[in-house]
Amino acid sequence: MHLPAAFTARTSGRGILRWLNAPERRGPLLVAPAILTLLLVNILPLLWSFGLSFFNYRANRMATPRFDGLENYVDLLGDDRVWERFVTTGLIVTGSVGLQLVVGFGLAMLFARKFPLRRVLLMLVLTPMMLSFVSVGIFFKLFYDPTLGLLSWFVAMFTGEPFAIMATPAGAIWAIVIADAWMWSPFVMLLVLAGLVSVPDYLYEAAQVDRASHWRRFKTITFPYVKGLILLALLFRTIETFKTFELVYLITAGGPGTATETIAVYAYRLGFQNFRTSEASAMAYLILFIVIVLTSLYLYLVKQRNSEEV
Amino acid sequence: MSFRKHNEGGWGQTLVSGLVAVIYFAPVFWMILTAFKTRQDALAIPPKLIFTPTLENFRSVFVEVTSSGEVVSTGAWLYFANSAFIAGASVLLALIIGTLAAYAFSRYPLKGNDTYLFIILTTRMLPPIVVIIPIFLLFRITGLSGTYIGIILLYTSFNLPFSIWMMKSFFDDLDREVEDSARMDGSSDWAVFGRIVLPQVLAGLAATLVFALILTWNEFIFALLLTGPETRTVPVAIASTIGGSIGVDWGKLSAMITLFLIPVFIVTFALQNQLLRGVTFGTIRK
Repeated sequence: MHLPAAFTARTSGRGILRWLNAPERRGPLLVAPAILTLLLVNILPLLWSFGLSFFNYRANRMATPRFDGLENYVDLLGDDRVWERFVTTGLIVTGSVGLQLVVGFGLAMLFARKFPLRRVLLMLVLTPMMLSFVSVGIFFKLFYDPTLGLLSWFVAMFTGEPFAIMATPAGAIWAIVIADAWMWSPFVMLLVLAGLVSVPDYLYEAAQVDRASHWRRFKTITFPYVKGLILLALLFRTIETFKTFELVYLITAGGPGTATETIAVYAYRLGFQNFRTSEASAMAYLILFIVIVLTSLYLYLVKQRNSEEV
Repeated sequence: MSFRKHNEGGWGQTLVSGLVAVIYFAPVFWMILTAFKTRQDALAIPPKLIFTPTLENFRSVFVEVTSSGEVVSTGAWLYFANSAFIAGASVLLALIIGTLAAYAFSRYPLKGNDTYLFIILTTRMLPPIVVIIPIFLLFRITGLSGTYIGIILLYTSFNLPFSIWMMKSFFDDLDREVEDSARMDGSSDWAVFGRIVLPQVLAGLAATLVFALILTWNEFIFALLLTGPETRTVPVAIASTIGGSIGVDWGKLSAMITLFLIPVFIVTFALQNQLLRGVTFGTIRK
């Protein structure tokens, strides 16, 4: 008597499985768990804070938020303090990414050849970018310390006075730039190395036959092969440095005054110290917009590079 | 990586590169040395390169002596256990979900495949500060703040974009003719995935796994704002010990960082050939 019911239940269970297993649903089925997770944990919260950015919500108050329209955005863009933070961030990005390109390129040239112990030595140079921002922040805090730090001791050998790099606004910017560039020059090195290794052998052999000078060889053979990767390194590092938060938070905490306060640190202050949640959300969206533009540019260049190779 | 003969340097090159490498590595080396110094040696001016090493700092990371002479745990083992557990659980989850999705993005492109991939990468390129405000509010409402489930869920989604892009780059590298011929011979799509595709990307899977583990092990901002006393990870514990430079026990702090770095060293060494792919989220392979 119960057989038919059980039977239909089983077929319908199988039916669902078969429906799911259809070839045209394979892609969506496999992607679904990932998309759902990202929707739940990333996209929805982002939409929520996008909504919040149009109100005057404060996370530490009970008052019903009032709809403010674009007021937060207008206020932020008209605020000199925000522009100052943009300038500070720009200085750090320019200084650090510039330094990374120079140091990274130099390191790559040093490690482009094969030599004994290369793998071990390369390891020493590559380690910094695998470290936690917390470790790097603390290394440099100790390194810069006016009484205990190696830097102060080294300067004192010449001047006789302890040296506090973080006491002046310009010095503090340098302190961040050096720490960040130290950590990420290996990244640039890695990309440049990949470019150097991809130069076909016969080009160098031909250059040798032609007795081309070192500079000429570099300009006409080496550089064309690495310039694409250098551009990618530049963009990738610009995106990442633009978001700089941890190193500033740990080394200078934005000081002296607000001299090293980047926009990410400023947004954090707005949101978690002043509890101006809506304004912080609007600020976050300004940062988001810039990052999206840079990321699309990066991916466009990556795609171009990959299609050239095929 | 392959090299050309014309470009080979000898021991002279080793000397020059070695000198540069040692100088470059000096900040890390200095911190490790400090971990083995007594308090006086750590504070000595001029700095001491030669000293009698002590393990006292490593001991003091885990146990301390109270004023009544009792030896009690500092609780630091909990932070290390938390870091390992939270990173392990979230990376495993992200890798399973991410590998399936990456395979689909590579073999069964959806309508708007590239748009999906772009949005997925963007969620990873976002400054954490953008995501953290709403997440913080969400966690406060749902009571997930300070719980293991909350931070694991967050780190799973944090590792997903990375896993998807990395694994897609490995799947894209494979030769598809093998799969097609297996399909011709009557293997189901699932059998092709399990018996032919997966075994070929095991190395890639391993690289993605350890890379994601390190990224999560190192993560600071989310952990700072979303873990509680019970779920605190090592980076937060380390950062909380530096208020001002006065009163910081540099020896103990260095010992804690040194312990924290050990897994990172091992992984960096083991992964040397996959580093490029890893640091660029699989967008640059060679």
